Amino acid sequence: MKLSDAFKSGKFVITSEVGPPKGVDVAAMIDDAELLRGRVDGLNVTDQQSSVMRLGSLATCKLLKDKEIEPVFQITCRDRNRIALQSDLLSAHVFGVENVLCLTGDYVSLGDHPQAKAVFDLDSVGLLHAATSLREGKDLAGNELKGKPDFCAGAVVTPGADPLEPQIIKMEKKVKVGAQFFQTQAVYEPEKFEQFMAQVKHLNVPVMLGIVLLKSAGMARFMNKNVAGVHVPDRLIDEMDKAEDRVKKSIEIAARLIKEMKDMCQGVHLMPIGWEKRVPAVLDAAGL
Amino acid sequence: MIVSEQKPLEEILQMMEGEGKIFVVGCNGCAESSGTGGKAQVAEMKELLEKEGKKVTGTVSVDFLCDKGLVKSRLARRASQIGESDALLVMTCGIGVQSTAAVVAKPAHPACNTISLGGSRGEWRGSERCRECGDCLLDHTGGLCPLTVCTKGLINGPCGGAKDGKCEFQPQTRDCGWQLIYERLRKLGRLDRMRTIIEPKDYSKMDVSEEIRSTTRWALEQREGETVKK
Repeated sequence: MKLSDAFKSGKFVITSEVGPPKGVDVAAMIDDAELLRGRVDGLNVTDQQSSVMRLGSLATCKLLKDKEIEPVFQITCRDRNRIALQSDLLSAHVFGVENVLCLTGDYVSLGDHPQAKAVFDLDSVGLLHAATSLREGKDLAGNELKGKPDFCAGAVVTPGADPLEPQIIKMEKKVKVGAQFFQTQAVYEPEKFEQFMAQVKHLNVPVMLGIVLLKSAGMARFMNKNVAGVHVPDRLIDEMDKAEDRVKKSIEIAARLIKEMKDMCQGVHLMPIGWEKRVPAVLDAAGL
Repeated sequence: MIVSEQKPLEEILQMMEGEGKIFVVGCNGCAESSGTGGKAQVAEMKELLEKEGKKVTGTVSVDFLCDKGLVKSRLARRASQIGESDALLVMTCGIGVQSTAAVVAKPAHPACNTISLGGSRGEWRGSERCRECGDCLLDHTGGLCPLTVCTKGLINGPCGGAKDGKCEFQPQTRDCGWQLIYERLRKLGRLDRMRTIIEPKDYSKMDVSEEIRSTTRWALEQREGETVKK
């Protein structure tokens, strides 16, 4: 099912994500995906996350689709030029993939092949433009396609970016070229998220709150120091620090954040980063 | 040398929409050899702009615009003319436009597209870099090239990777290019430029046309045989 249809039905849409393995042993990843069967509306499949070479996102989406788990095909501009990007979008359609998430992609220096030549032939706005064009039956060069692919195209935004205005200007552009929904970078401050949502209300586009499970106080401090646009407030770090049972506390915090921000947005996107097995418990605790 | 060609007058006028007073800057280096921004072309441009109803507040030609120190000293002498102008039109390569934009608190419109035939480039360039893409975007980005100032060469705004104004690539030293562009445009009161959707770049424009290949000074130097046939 296309996420756009899920939003239209008025439901609070839930997605999570799995990361393809470094290699070809997919058993553990499939196990993680199975745990979320029936619990989420879509499962993002990351595209060479953090620029680390892995099994491909599209192939993994096909594996999930064969198991009737709805994938969201993440596609970045880092590794493919416009020919390959458009071709992969067509391939996604013939594999039955109905949702794609268009991203810029991390720079190659962050991954395990920093020697690689970064592509970035298109940027995320150009990629969304290409996806829209393909759906209308034409490629970026204006050539007619035999048969139109059909998918719901989403994009990302960072509500905690400082300054925020450039992010919002780009978000506006993404909507103009056809983004149908947004997933956000991790948010830990409901008051800031509320302000962000007020600023993008005019765009009238579904926004899914991004939640990254806090595994420890150390992880929170690390993110504050190193991850762009993410800020974990001290009160949450303290809570994690003092917790006797880290896992329980992590689930409690994630569920509380979802409850606090649920009414401000149209869905939630859970990024477990290794704690995939805890996602069902978070959803339970959040009443989803 | 850097090869440039003039943008169509229509595109130049579009950049100046709503601006009546223009100061024109030329370069006696590569732009003169390219026939795009030497003294003769500056004089021609002055006439063209006046015909279009613009007031040209002054003109200057610099040797060379890639030398930011020289740009500063030459433009400082014209401070009053530049001060009364709405914008500058810079008739040279992307490096010269950027070094001019960096030292003047007014919009600096690029009059040329920059391409390359190889050879040496702006010998005195500072932090300004030009990818010689053949389709100059500097008017949209406040005179900072998004292809070179942004690590990823993004043309429609920042990715989500910058932290505290620094790029995810070399965060100790490298600024987020789009934050610089945003701040420059905001200072100029031109954030509307950032809202324009820039279509995917036509990278075929980086290739030099046969005509340019056979007429620029640098190209002629590199070619064997006779240029003018019997």
